[in-house]
Amino acid sequence: MSKPLLFSDHPPTPAETRARFPDLHPALTPQAAIPEANRCLFCFDAPCTTACPTHIDVPRFIHKIASGNVAGSARTILEANILGGSCSRACPVEVLCEGACVLHHSGQQPIEIARLQRFAMDAHQSAGAPLPFTPAPASGHKVALIGAGPASLACAAELRRHGIAATIYDARPRPGGLNTYGIAEYKLPLAESLREIDLIPRLGVEFRFNTTIDAAQLEELERTHDAIFLGIGLGAIHALGIAGEQLPGVTNALDLIAGYKSGAVLTSPPRVAVIGAGNTAIDAAIASIRLGAEEVTMIYRRGPGQISAFAFEYEHAKREGIRFLWHTQPAAILGTERVEALALIRTTDDSSFHLPVDTIILAIGQSTHSHVFADKVSTERGRILIDRATGQTSNPRYFSGGDCTNGGREVVDAVADGKRAALGIAALLTGTRREANHADIRM
Amino acid sequence: MPTLECNFSGIKCLNPFWLASAPPTNCGEQVMRAFDAGWGGAVWKTIGEPITNVSSRYSSIDWAGQRMMGLNNIELISDRPIATNLREIAEVKRRYPKHVVIASLMVESKREAWHEIVARAEDAGADGLELNFGCPHGMSERGMGSAVGQVPEYAEQITYWVKERARTPVIVKLTPNITDIRMAARAAKRGGADALSAINTINSITGIDLDTLVPNPNVDGLSSHGGYCGPAVKPIALNMVQQINADPASVLPLSGIGGIGSWRDAAEFILLGCGNVQVCTAAMHYGYRIVEDMADGLLEWMRQKGFETIEDFRGLSLPNVREWKHLNLNYKIVARIDAAKCIGCQLCYTACWDGAHQCIHLDRTLPTPDTTRTPAQIQAVSSTRITTTPIPKLDDAGPQTAGTPLDRIPRVDEHECVGCNLCSLVCPVEECITMERIDNMPPQTWEERTASPTATH
Ligand SMILES: Cc1cc2nc3c(=O)[nH]c(=O)nc-3n(C[C@H](O)[C@H](O)[C@H](O)COP(=O)(O)O)c2cc1C
Ligand code: SF4
Ligand code: SF4
Ligand code: SF4
Repeated sequence: MSKPLLFSDHPPTPAETRARFPDLHPALTPQAAIPEANRCLFCFDAPCTTACPTHIDVPRFIHKIASGNVAGSARTILEANILGGSCSRACPVEVLCEGACVLHHSGQQPIEIARLQRFAMDAHQSAGAPLPFTPAPASGHKVALIGAGPASLACAAELRRHGIAATIYDARPRPGGLNTYGIAEYKLPLAESLREIDLIPRLGVEFRFNTTIDAAQLEELERTHDAIFLGIGLGAIHALGIAGEQLPGVTNALDLIAGYKSGAVLTSPPRVAVIGAGNTAIDAAIASIRLGAEEVTMIYRRGPGQISAFAFEYEHAKREGIRFLWHTQPAAILGTERVEALALIRTTDDSSFHLPVDTIILAIGQSTHSHVFADKVSTERGRILIDRATGQTSNPRYFSGGDCTNGGREVVDAVADGKRAALGIAALLTGTRREANHADIRM
Repeated sequence: MPTLECNFSGIKCLNPFWLASAPPTNCGEQVMRAFDAGWGGAVWKTIGEPITNVSSRYSSIDWAGQRMMGLNNIELISDRPIATNLREIAEVKRRYPKHVVIASLMVESKREAWHEIVARAEDAGADGLELNFGCPHGMSERGMGSAVGQVPEYAEQITYWVKERARTPVIVKLTPNITDIRMAARAAKRGGADALSAINTINSITGIDLDTLVPNPNVDGLSSHGGYCGPAVKPIALNMVQQINADPASVLPLSGIGGIGSWRDAAEFILLGCGNVQVCTAAMHYGYRIVEDMADGLLEWMRQKGFETIEDFRGLSLPNVREWKHLNLNYKIVARIDAAKCIGCQLCYTACWDGAHQCIHLDRTLPTPDTTRTPAQIQAVSSTRITTTPIPKLDDAGPQTAGTPLDRIPRVDEHECVGCNLCSLVCPVEECITMERIDNMPPQTWEERTASPTATH
């Protein structure tokens, strides 16, 4: 075999940017990890495991950290979730595993599950260890996966375990989708996302980058593959539909995040307005602060009780010094050469006022694709409809998972979807079933 | 106002807390600092012909992130000249006349050698003598320490020689490395000992370094068995203390040793009949300052219990230890779970299924109780449950902090429960599982049951 494909050879995020985005949840030292691991009660049928969309066996991996079997701990994690490292950094654990920890019921701090998970996964990476499974003998089946985000990656890895050939197509030059380009650098650094994905080609998963699938290519894929997995995520950020939107200085949250992570954006203009108050909007607002903005204002048409951001994200935004304008809606973007101000209307009394700004970041949700797949599978409000247990769409040979099916959730949801879909595909193609969890770990 | 002042075998003590013969009592400077911290007495690090110690002498057992649950040492007796130790004892006694200094002694098994050391220690001003018949390593290979303590005749003989000369109380320190500690205790008593102390350290190998494959502690690639002490040995020490104090042929004033680190430990040794206690590992771990709470906590407990002196509660638990055949076979308790306290960890469930009698069930939310579902079946259901990240304002689910969901609170099938206690031992929540009495038959022991002509047992 030739030199393995290393996605992490990608030009790294500039060091200066990295320094502005230090880890929100820093790595645990062994001195801190072992006592924390020992604090875990080792619950039976643990609620933290059930709360994890990929059902990582949390008490089992934590117990292994406590016993000093860190390599085994990482294998336990990867067995359930091939992006266990990325998830340990990116997951909103307050509403997932850590939110379900039984210690809440006795008034104690929950176990720091995510940081322990990162501890094991960091050790796995530094040891240069592979994914803890080998492909089954070739079944002769082939699956094409569209989109190289977490759903397709998880699906492809699981397919290989069943001996099914998997080829992933993506329009971008690198894998990972939002995992690589869309998560705040202080949660999941771009380099870490790619480093984790580096392990996947070793299972024999094939990648075709810079490839946008058109109708003709889709027909070809249908002809040459036994099943197709759609892991296409969401489309562009919605436009506001107001005057001045084309002016230079108007951007959107995803472009800003991808821009600073990849090094294309290095600084922020001084005055920033962010339209929207979801998690991505907050990521963009905080990024602006970190990139040197002096004044960042988030504009939301309703009140703080209605935002779609997690409570801890909102708290984080306040700590970073972000200003919120509630019950306020943009009416027009003003400026001659470029953005100069934002005309705003208060939804409470219809009064209007101007906010002088240098840049405007749109973050009012992503649209769904109007794509070539629309006439292949049934959708509802733009989302691809699937059977949750198998990932199967209305078209028996099409499976799907991730943001394009759930409207935009988390990496861990996409991984879980991808894995379930692979099991669904394997059941369809080979008639085999493998329990998603608690599989014995043999190395 | 309760007092900790007490009398041990005729020795007046400010309090029952003595430092055991070990590194914390190595020299006069240390012992005086210990007295300043509040210790009532110190048994000097065993005095004898100076030895050479090896470097790397201790190893320990950590447990669940806690350091030094058990300590092991391969150290010998004092490495300082006898004259130096005795000069410092004299100095300490001059400056601290009310504090107790006991000279721990170990010399060759010769009458003259013992006579000489006894005379010199008493001339230095020691309040009493402790004969070290316990050291389990090094000295035993030279016919001293546990080599003496393990052979009752030797122990009796040496005690007798010491008593020929001694004017102060003679305490014989017993080794636990023997099948029945009463044999050694009886021998000491026959030899004329005034008091006993127990236990010395237990033969041990604490563990093996999995990189070098050399047991700990590592002395240039080799190791040797050592003496075990610290919290881990307390249950063994308590049992031996009880055996001695329940045996009329053994019983003498007893100084309790082994894993004592708190006022609670001290109270337990005294409740089993000890006149005072000695501490080594806890002082090595945290320093002399631990004695402050030992005194404060014990006084507080005595106040609550209405005990004025140590003698008021000394030995009160002894009558509660009996042979198994005297226990009531008709006493019946069952486990009850307080649903309001339960946090839903289900450790009681898994413990009862795998380690006891399969009578705890997860069926509170089922229409009817189901005692047939196995742990594997329950986990299989959970592993197929589909979970997604809740989106605020869209999904109502979120962190479950309100209370333990009913389906996670186990239920005890009281008809099947054998009252073994296991679940209440594993439950991480204080007072959440209690054992409730449900018997309604008159008490009957095994002895009584087998004595009746139609006996079944
Ligand atoms: C490092 C070390 C050295 C000891 N040296 C002696 C000694 O010289 N003479 C003696 O009688 N006991 C010696 N002991 C035993 C202690 O006096 C005591 O009996 C034993 O440690 C149990 O008490 P603990 O659990 O409080 O440590 C030593 C113990 C340790 C840890
Ligand atoms: S719920 Fe908390 S204590 Fe229980 S296994 Fe999970 S992390 Fe450990
Ligand atoms: S006391 Fe023993 S038998 Fe009864 S429920 Fe508890 S563990 Fe089971
Ligand atoms: S061990 Fe205690 S806290 Fe845990 S489930 Fe059982 S009763 Fe509840």
